[in-house]
Amino acid sequence: MARKITYRQAISEALAQEMARDPTVIVMGEDNAGGMGSPGEKDAWGGVLGVTKGLYHKFPGRVLDTPISESAFIGAAIGAAACGMRPVAELMFVDFLGVCFDQIYNQAAKFKYMFGGKAKTPVVIRTMIGAGFRAAAQHSQCLYNIFAHVPGLKVVVPSTPYDAKGLLIQSIRDNDPVIFCEHKLLYPLEGDVPEESYIVPFGEAGIVREGDDVTVVALGRMVHLAVQAADALRKKGTHCEIIDPRTISPLDEDTILESVEKTGRLVVVDESNPRCSMASDIAGIVAQKAFRALKSPIEQVTAPHTPVPFSDVLEDMYIPSPAKIEAAVDRACEYR
Amino acid sequence: MGAIHKVTVPKWGLSMREGKVSGWLKQVGAPVTQGEELVEIESDKIVGSVDATAGGVLRRQLGKELDVVPVGGLLGVIADADVPEAEIDTAIADFLANFSIEAAAAGETGPQPEKVAVGGGRLRYLVRGEGDDAVILIHGFGGDLKVWLFNHEALAGQRRVYAIDLPGHGESTKDVGAGTLDDLASAVAGFMNAVGLDSAHLVGHSLGGAVALKLAVLQSRRVRSLALVASAGLGPEIDAGYIEGFVTAANRNALKPHAVRLFADTSLVTRQMIDDLLKFKRLEGVDACLRALSGQMLADGRQATNLRDELARLGQPVLVVWGGEDQIIPVSHAAGLPSSVQVAVISGKGHMVMMEAASEVNRRLNEFWLGLEQ
Repeated sequence: MARKITYRQAISEALAQEMARDPTVIVMGEDNAGGMGSPGEKDAWGGVLGVTKGLYHKFPGRVLDTPISESAFIGAAIGAAACGMRPVAELMFVDFLGVCFDQIYNQAAKFKYMFGGKAKTPVVIRTMIGAGFRAAAQHSQCLYNIFAHVPGLKVVVPSTPYDAKGLLIQSIRDNDPVIFCEHKLLYPLEGDVPEESYIVPFGEAGIVREGDDVTVVALGRMVHLAVQAADALRKKGTHCEIIDPRTISPLDEDTILESVEKTGRLVVVDESNPRCSMASDIAGIVAQKAFRALKSPIEQVTAPHTPVPFSDVLEDMYIPSPAKIEAAVDRACEYR
Repeated sequence: MGAIHKVTVPKWGLSMREGKVSGWLKQVGAPVTQGEELVEIESDKIVGSVDATAGGVLRRQLGKELDVVPVGGLLGVIADADVPEAEIDTAIADFLANFSIEAAAAGETGPQPEKVAVGGGRLRYLVRGEGDDAVILIHGFGGDLKVWLFNHEALAGQRRVYAIDLPGHGESTKDVGAGTLDDLASAVAGFMNAVGLDSAHLVGHSLGGAVALKLAVLQSRRVRSLALVASAGLGPEIDAGYIEGFVTAANRNALKPHAVRLFADTSLVTRQMIDDLLKFKRLEGVDACLRALSGQMLADGRQATNLRDELARLGQPVLVVWGGEDQIIPVSHAAGLPSSVQVAVISGKGHMVMMEAASEVNRRLNEFWLGLEQ
């Protein structure tokens, strides 16, 4: 049995192993090295939640503190990538990506295409997603859907320490820009992670649990809530097959479709807002390509179409819960 | 009063928490002998059978088909025919009153694998049992010490049994050098030095069999006996397509058609088993190791090394075990061996015969070693 480490340690280990392997890999972001106005020698914070802590002294000159100017340092990372580096930029909260959108969707995403395949942009933007952190509407969103919409970007949403390490290594080695979305509530989660370096390929969904009755597609933190719901449902005799796409662009349609062909029922769980989302996208794909297999309407369990509330009570109601997933599965199973 | 023996859910590997009853092989009232297969249990990784803990009559089946029972939970009761029903009911009530899932899960974590420096790298191993007699279990190409999941404990009753990860496999260092049989055999010898074993009984499966045989040829005095299970190195034929397919498969759908060839009963190949194989194949360095090893193993689609003639020259006792339906290395390699070699062909089982027919393979091995003492 492999050793157990946290999601946070898995990400840090992926960074350290890739920095050791490839001298063009650099890390940059707010408070990645010193933080709080230090000259950068203290390694005090290691990013807002400490993911990059310890790298500064291990890789001198390759962990860069940046000013609080997202458009400047994301642009710098993208430029460095176009010029031969493999930067991993940490943009704290996905909510702040809005201020550097031109760099991301009009520049990084387009270089390869507009320069006839001669340019590559191997940049990784690591960013935190998700509600449940009592951090209000501007620090709690699950905005990965916006990036999945843009061709040229790859979008990764790991749910486990094993996947986080393997997907981050793949992200760093990939020649296209990658938006790497880390759910803040998953950082303390422990799991088996090999000490060696390894990759998890893009576009390969994980089958978290096999079952014959209902296909449950869930992303990121929602995978764990789906497992809780499936445990409760199993006691009632309903067996869920839980699929974690792991990357939403590219999306492993085949694994989802094969599962729905078997079960005939689909529940999609997505923490983000419901309009133009992964939930509606996957529902649309299945409705079109596996229509004849469906025995029941497709169920979607998502946040409502509102900002994330600051009130604890309302925030808890906002996030999809195991009980809501269970109820959606039950509704799907009413159709025989 | 006759003894009442309980049959409980075993723990196959650290992560196992519960097992699903996939089917009873003996019905209530049936006479059973110790070691006989009673019931098939499915973990999230694998399907295996649970054996009778004692001889007698199967008096109760507590886990019904498709029931999910925690590790350590009660599956059935064996007792002599004359034990009154009331005594059995009392024993069951006592068991259930004292059983706690948490304690069972915590108390049964069992021995943990360790690592030891050998050559320039580290080898992982798991040791079970006590005794002066040492046994080393050597897995095959692409396997690891977990292939002995159903054997390790059953073989460790009288002996100290080590299961190792060969170089390039499991959690051992992913470096096999040139990947020759000599390299692998000297890694096993290095392991014996590192854990202080002067000599040992070797059990090798597939490529591991050829490694054991090679070590017996190179350092005869260190090998007390050889048990070769569906072994490589005993003839030229092999399903080279399996080896090449295993090496090149990059995803579940590519790997599965190859993995099912390992078993006669293909339902034993679970999605979790395929995922675990892929996770292994994706570790840095594994691909190069597998390519080096397969390059040494194969020549023009046949086995490159044939040690069959060496068997007759060996002084050690040899047991050869094969599954009658082996699709990787043909069972015909078990025929025509020197008369000193004991041969056990188990019909209806595939290449992973020690998993598919664990009880019988365990019995054969234990009898083989017992015979050596007499």
